[in-house]
Amino acid sequence: MVQPAMPKTWYIPSKPHKFCPGCGHPLILKALGEAVDELGVQNQTIFGCDIGCSLLSWNFFALDSTQTHHGRTTPVMVGMKRARPELICVGYMGDGGGYSIGAQHLVNSAIRNEKITVILANNTNYAMTGGQLAPTTLPGQKTETTPFGRDPELTGYPTKGPEMISAITGDGAYVARGTVSKYRQLKGFIKKALQNQMEGNGFSFVEALSTCPTNWRTNAKQTWNWLEDNMEPYFPVGELKSPFKKEG
Amino acid sequence: MEKPVTGTKKVFMTGNETVAWAALAADVDIMFGYPITPQNEIMHYWTRLAPKYGRQFLQTEDEISAGFTVCGAIIAGKKAFTATAGPGNTLMQEPFSMAEAMRLPTVAIIQQRGGPSSGTVIYSQQEVTLTTYGGNGEGHRIVYSTASNQELYDYTIKAFNSAWKYRFPTFVLGDGYQAKMREPLEIYDPATKNIQMIKPAPMVGLPGQIGVDREPQHLCNIYSLEEELYEVVLRVQAEYEKICPELVEYECRDCEDAEILIVSHGVVSSSAEDAVIALRAQGIKAGSFRPITLRPFPDQKLREILASGVKKMLVVESAYGQLVRLLRQEMYGMTVPMETLMMPGVGIIDADIMSKVKSLI
Repeated sequence: MVQPAMPKTWYIPSKPHKFCPGCGHPLILKALGEAVDELGVQNQTIFGCDIGCSLLSWNFFALDSTQTHHGRTTPVMVGMKRARPELICVGYMGDGGGYSIGAQHLVNSAIRNEKITVILANNTNYAMTGGQLAPTTLPGQKTETTPFGRDPELTGYPTKGPEMISAITGDGAYVARGTVSKYRQLKGFIKKALQNQMEGNGFSFVEALSTCPTNWRTNAKQTWNWLEDNMEPYFPVGELKSPFKKEG
Repeated sequence: MEKPVTGTKKVFMTGNETVAWAALAADVDIMFGYPITPQNEIMHYWTRLAPKYGRQFLQTEDEISAGFTVCGAIIAGKKAFTATAGPGNTLMQEPFSMAEAMRLPTVAIIQQRGGPSSGTVIYSQQEVTLTTYGGNGEGHRIVYSTASNQELYDYTIKAFNSAWKYRFPTFVLGDGYQAKMREPLEIYDPATKNIQMIKPAPMVGLPGQIGVDREPQHLCNIYSLEEELYEVVLRVQAEYEKICPELVEYECRDCEDAEILIVSHGVVSSSAEDAVIALRAQGIKAGSFRPITLRPFPDQKLREILASGVKKMLVVESAYGQLVRLLRQEMYGMTVPMETLMMPGVGIIDADIMSKVKSLI
């Protein structure tokens, strides 16, 4: 039997990991691991994780890593980067941590063009706490706190994070939205978001559209369909801002 | 790079200016702050002085961020601090509670203002409970309550050494009067007083190849099981209790034969000492006990004094019972009657204390 290749920067003693079957997080984390491998920056990359399902990544990598609080990964990584600019500081969070409870940190760090990289998993719900409304929940989508579907009249429309971040960042920022359904593209975005920090250009942000079959209550096929048919049309995938030359 | 303070120097400074100089003298690398009265001038002096000595500053988006950026800089291995007051202190309880859990040597200068809520921008002693026991933890903190600008200088320097030596979040609890009042004091290079400043050490970004020379660092503050957390908290509690005797500080005046003992902290203790001098001149056997550390509390010494013939204890504070609560907890079982003079949010002078003492005898 051929073992699927694991990135060198995955921490073997914490595998198998604790994410649910069908969860998108491990794909995003695989892309990050491979990007770190390809750039050869394992020893200087510091990984910070938020609270929520992203917390399960706290000992995922053979990288120096730290847990923080819900929404507070961004300021912790900012403090770290300001103190030691030679480190490559990566904050990993969900849509709740980035766009809701920690929105003030994400917005202001982006405006200050802090030289950190933020990777945000958008799975349209608060998954660790049992599937409540997230800032990214789609109109009509049922969650535990919108059992009859999200009504934009009551709770507004889903947050479009990369669009917001690209509007408020200055020159040198890198902003993209990828999806776990297009793995190679997502990995390319994450790699560029790391390179952008290494070059000291500005704030680097990648939103990754992700899957949550447990809280969506979907089987494998329905999960993938929900991602491609509902999420991707609403949240367009691609680079929104880049100091790099366009490839191809 | 030249030292910010060489030798010793007599100066006439506000408390906020004093704190900025003390942090420079204590080799602090970076300050994170957010404006709130009455601590603003700590930032104002720091932002002017820091670049001359290669130090950094960031004004964050709020106090939550100021606290967490301090945590991040400390994890990365730098000496970092913040300063706040009132509602800012409330917001910072979240990062301070993470610092307690992860044993991060954060230092915060708290210049108390009136409360609850935004209260006044001026003065109070109403942040005692919040600073000693705030957050969802067990109060594993070190809190120094200062009474003069000289002490603000001394204890700001000491706070960085206590924090980095014992790895508990450390606070200098001042107030708006100390912040804004100008006083003569002596500033100094800690080395001239034989004070060795402890060097910070990183928790991440360590030397060596991960997986070859060393394991990766995985820092955590959340546990899967009740029993895991239970063991961590008990271990930290035991470590905290062990260092208490080294940490506790207090000041006594005329306690040996005191029949009425005034207990107060911070600037109020200056009035208490003046009251004791005046009362003694009138033949009244008064004494003053002042805890300098509110966490850990100097309970042994106070118990000894109370047991040596004190007939009444008078607790005096610019709050409605926050020091009283600490004393009820720390002096549990002592039978000396406790009287109180509680004036939340206003200053207390020696005459206030003297008339209260006279009403009790």
